[in-house]
Amino acid sequence: MILLQLFWSFFVVGLFSFGGGYAALPLIQHQVLEVHNWLTPMEFMDVLTISQMTPGPIAINASTFVGTKTAGLAGAVVATVGCVTPSCIIVLILATLYYKYKGLSMVQGIIKGLRPAVVALIASAGLSILVTVLFNRKEFPIKPSDINWIAAALFLASLVLLRKFKLNPITVMLIAGVAGIIVYGFLGL
Amino acid sequence: MKKDKLFYWKLFLSTFTLSAFTIGGGYVIVPLMQKRFVKELKWIDEEEMLDLVAIGQSAPGPIAINTSILVGYRMAGVPGAFLTILGTVLPPLITITVISFFYIAFRDNLYVKALMKGMSAGVAAVIADAVIDMAAKIIKNKAILPIAVMVVAFAAAAFLKVNIIYILLICGALGAWTTYRANRNSGSMGGQGQ
Repeated sequence: MILLQLFWSFFVVGLFSFGGGYAALPLIQHQVLEVHNWLTPMEFMDVLTISQMTPGPIAINASTFVGTKTAGLAGAVVATVGCVTPSCIIVLILATLYYKYKGLSMVQGIIKGLRPAVVALIASAGLSILVTVLFNRKEFPIKPSDINWIAAALFLASLVLLRKFKLNPITVMLIAGVAGIIVYGFLGL
Repeated sequence: MKKDKLFYWKLFLSTFTLSAFTIGGGYVIVPLMQKRFVKELKWIDEEEMLDLVAIGQSAPGPIAINTSILVGYRMAGVPGAFLTILGTVLPPLITITVISFFYIAFRDNLYVKALMKGMSAGVAAVIADAVIDMAAKIIKNKAILPIAVMVVAFAAAAFLKVNIIYILLICGALGAWTTYRANRNSGSMGGQGQ
């Protein structure tokens, strides 16, 4: 019955994680460490580290990792399906409502109120990534003297490639990654 | 638009590629999706894309998954949504399944770390690029309320660490309230928008 437990645990994580990946963290921790003993605290930390280094939402990464560890590939698939099922149902309902009622002035008003907020939230997520990149730490306060000049140069060069040379974002990320291997890996800076 | 095999393949491949490069949190997929679906493929216009992101955030679950579902549904209904979910879920599913067998070696590998460090600088630039474009558009309209909402919401999220869902609730309510007042003043309640 491990598959059913996996499905249900990650269904709960998906259902209650409002507001992005970091809201999901305590829920995943609760399910994986406290409700079930699927991972040790040490392994849980590893999942977080690996999630930062690999693509995809942290909840999906965690479901795949825990699923693989407890029940192999079937476990990974079942846990991932459990995690996205609440999203599917709720988002499809909201999408249907949006396309049905978006002509109403009240709905347009609400959406108009949300647009600048969405830009702000993306900016906020971007800022926290930028702070991590430049100062190698997650939170304020930061000391200006701690700035990593190589990272700052990589960031500015990427920005120029995007805005002046209009390169595709994925190309820019790949260039930055290769530059990272050269600078941090081979030159050891 | 012709919804032939090529269309569905493009839809799947786009979400698959974008998801494979969504490193460092779900928000990264937003500028990537804008570039792909709004600027390159021209399937969705920019305002509608922002609306889809807002809806995706109002629902529980990962933002990248929610936004992909919305793009898929917008382009090709429920089958489209399932196709884009599959495209978004497969890259992390494959990567983590493979890595879970030797994750300690992966975690401690010098070159993997160097690659990720370089890529995160690129990711920060991709988000900055998108934010500059979007914020410029809002500021250019010269309406005070949206600019104020943007600044206050940014401060609340970035410095006060207010939960995203409260920020969205308050901004949505504010939008509803201004519409209600505008409608009452012009005497047409709940009619069609412009």
